[in-house]
Amino acid sequence: MSDALHIQPEVGTSHGAHHDEHHVHHHKETFITKYIFSQDHKTIGKQFLITGIIWAIIGGLFSVLFRLQLGFPDQTFPILETFFGKWAEGGRIKPEFYYALVTMHGTVLVFFVLTAGLSGTFANLLIPLQVGARDMASPLMNMLSYWFFFMASVVMIASMFIQTGPAAGGWTVYPPLSALGEASIGSKAGMDMWIIAMALFVVSQLLAGLNYVSTILNMRTKGMSMTRLPLTVWALFFTAVLGILSFPVLLSGLILLLFDRNLGTSFYLSDIYIGGQALPNEGGSAILFQHLFWFLGHPEVYIILLPAMGMVSEVLSVNSRKPIFGYMAMLGSMFAICILAFLVWAHHMFVTGLNPFLGSVFVLLTLLIAVPSAIKVFNWLTTLWRGNIRFTPAALFGIGFVSLFISGGLTGIFLGNSTIDIHLHDTMFVVAHFHIVMGVASFFGMFAGVYHWFPKMYGRYMNNTLGYIHFWVTMIGAYLIFWPIHYQGLAGMPRRYLDKSVWVNFSQFHELDKMITVVSIIVFAVQLMFVFNFFYSIFKGRKVTTQNPWGATTLEWTTPINPGHGNWTGEIPEVHRWAYDYGKDGREFIPQTEPVGANESKH
Amino acid sequence: MVSELNISEHKTPAKGNGRKMHPHKFTLWVAIASILMMFAGLTSAFIVKSNLVGWRTVTMPDVFWISTAVIVASSITMQMAVRAFRQRVMQQYRLLTAITVLLGLGFVVLQYMGFHELWKNNIRFIGASGAGQFLYVIFGLHAIHVIGGMVALVIMFGRAFFGRVKQYSPVPVEVMATYWHFVDILWLYLLVFFLIVG
Repeated sequence: MSDALHIQPEVGTSHGAHHDEHHVHHHKETFITKYIFSQDHKTIGKQFLITGIIWAIIGGLFSVLFRLQLGFPDQTFPILETFFGKWAEGGRIKPEFYYALVTMHGTVLVFFVLTAGLSGTFANLLIPLQVGARDMASPLMNMLSYWFFFMASVVMIASMFIQTGPAAGGWTVYPPLSALGEASIGSKAGMDMWIIAMALFVVSQLLAGLNYVSTILNMRTKGMSMTRLPLTVWALFFTAVLGILSFPVLLSGLILLLFDRNLGTSFYLSDIYIGGQALPNEGGSAILFQHLFWFLGHPEVYIILLPAMGMVSEVLSVNSRKPIFGYMAMLGSMFAICILAFLVWAHHMFVTGLNPFLGSVFVLLTLLIAVPSAIKVFNWLTTLWRGNIRFTPAALFGIGFVSLFISGGLTGIFLGNSTIDIHLHDTMFVVAHFHIVMGVASFFGMFAGVYHWFPKMYGRYMNNTLGYIHFWVTMIGAYLIFWPIHYQGLAGMPRRYLDKSVWVNFSQFHELDKMITVVSIIVFAVQLMFVFNFFYSIFKGRKVTTQNPWGATTLEWTTPINPGHGNWTGEIPEVHRWAYDYGKDGREFIPQTEPVGANESKH
Repeated sequence: MVSELNISEHKTPAKGNGRKMHPHKFTLWVAIASILMMFAGLTSAFIVKSNLVGWRTVTMPDVFWISTAVIVASSITMQMAVRAFRQRVMQQYRLLTAITVLLGLGFVVLQYMGFHELWKNNIRFIGASGAGQFLYVIFGLHAIHVIGGMVALVIMFGRAFFGRVKQYSPVPVEVMATYWHFVDILWLYLLVFFLIVG
């Protein structure tokens, strides 16, 4: 106890005053300190979530726009000109606009939605609640982390409204294209703003990650040993470690890019002619940027995926009324994923002229990830197996996550082989693979988390019927969109191309592309329905009347229905057991706070 | 199976198990790991690039040796300030903090002079790559970290003079000192790196 409580007085003192106020629901906080510059981890989590939702609508809308182009390349949509003016003259998406849309779709969804919106939301909400702390180790840093993210968002949004448009060199911003303003209009001021926004974003992630790690390690309540932590907290812990160690490397790569762009240095540039003019740059290496970028870029995949994995583990266990299968194996596999995440970045670079011997090492390390991934899948399935499953929307999204993770993970085995990758790289196969395994799967984890912890966030439930419609349309839609894209990729259809109609051999896919576009519009509409459900339920949802609506064992459900700043009104509860005592000794569940009985069986 | 079955049977709660570190100190160490990753990224980029054609080496201006002496001295005064604080000799603590800030400022100025000299020796941004371009970026980023430390020091210094509440916990001072020693050691690493590889 010494350690956990050792530091409690500090946080306790700073919030002690508020704390007593919460008892009598008599806040002296103003609107600004409560909702805007709040240092309460729960409010900050909601801020991340709502900002993430806004970003997801923007990023999703962009994909609908370029899907229109891909599905109907020969048609015009006058409404586009109404909204986007010169970028869609005559209702036809201009090539520059198309590239800007693709770039922003990737950047926004990877970083602003699935990193900040996902781990930002749930790390903030769940870590203090599930480890039994009144707030984060440093609430101030936590608040700053949100506001750095907000500033990053403002800069990124602003870049979309400048005359030359936002960055358009792909979300990976490879030089030399991204380093030379003369090369494309998407590499002019928009690119500088992209770098500035990402630098602010990295600062936000580092502030957040430091806080998550020190909260988990230092602020656990009495009795909460590391192996009694729910898997959500473990997943968020590994996520934070990955971010702390990989984002600075991205930052260093971007700083060098900024120098190349604005001061004429040659970190990435060498022997380049533009418009017949030779540039003075010499000795630079564009591959260097790829190394620095993917050293973040690959761990980033797991920064996105691990929180979803953790939440799905929790949601599946709670809703199948069974302990999680293989808790220690889950921990071990997350640890293995965390280590391997740093050792596989070059599999994004098999065709850049990478030494084939080096390539084979990276193939081996890449395929090794299949082992912990398979362990996790096995454990999720065995957790569900013969469970007394409650098919809540959260549980459905959790099961959907497992399905998508299997489908998307299997295609990763194809791409992880450097020889097969020669055929598949830069085709739609890659697009299909990472959208299923990291994009849609992580979204499913996020939806599971939102439906499951919405009662804790707002003291109300989301609408179930809309939730079921949301799940089924998204699930079927995701497969209808991305499954066929695998076939396109296998047939050699390149990604990133504006219009493939000049190739006769791709004409067989015209109708398929139309179908994919129509389905994406439907799925996007259903996501808007989810957003409606979310905001409507905040104000009008069915009220939560019991402290522990899901019958869960973890600590967040021992707080009041609408917890104030400080979370628990009395003392922080003590923990006596692990987080997964479901269906034990004839009892449906035993909360973590209940002491181990004298006659209790050993699982 | 056995291992996970026993999880809830741990009788010992989350005990200190010897780890008595204050969370702020711990956070700082994690932050240091993070900063190190950035410089590791930059110096490994340097190594990769130094094997490519068109690489130009650079001779380090002597002024960087003076700045080394200055930052090492500032580390010593910082440590003395921590000791003075622990012994509650506040007069001395304020003086030593002030000296540390001034030495930090001196370091940054000396770095600037070093850059100036390099610039005079025709090490420029534009054109072929080389150690010089990296030197500006890496030393520049290091200097920014020193300036960040100076800002924190000035705030602490101001608190020691004008703070309404008397500070007894040595933790903020110790956190500050750890960071300050870190930028010092980081500088030594960068210097040795440039001497050997550059």
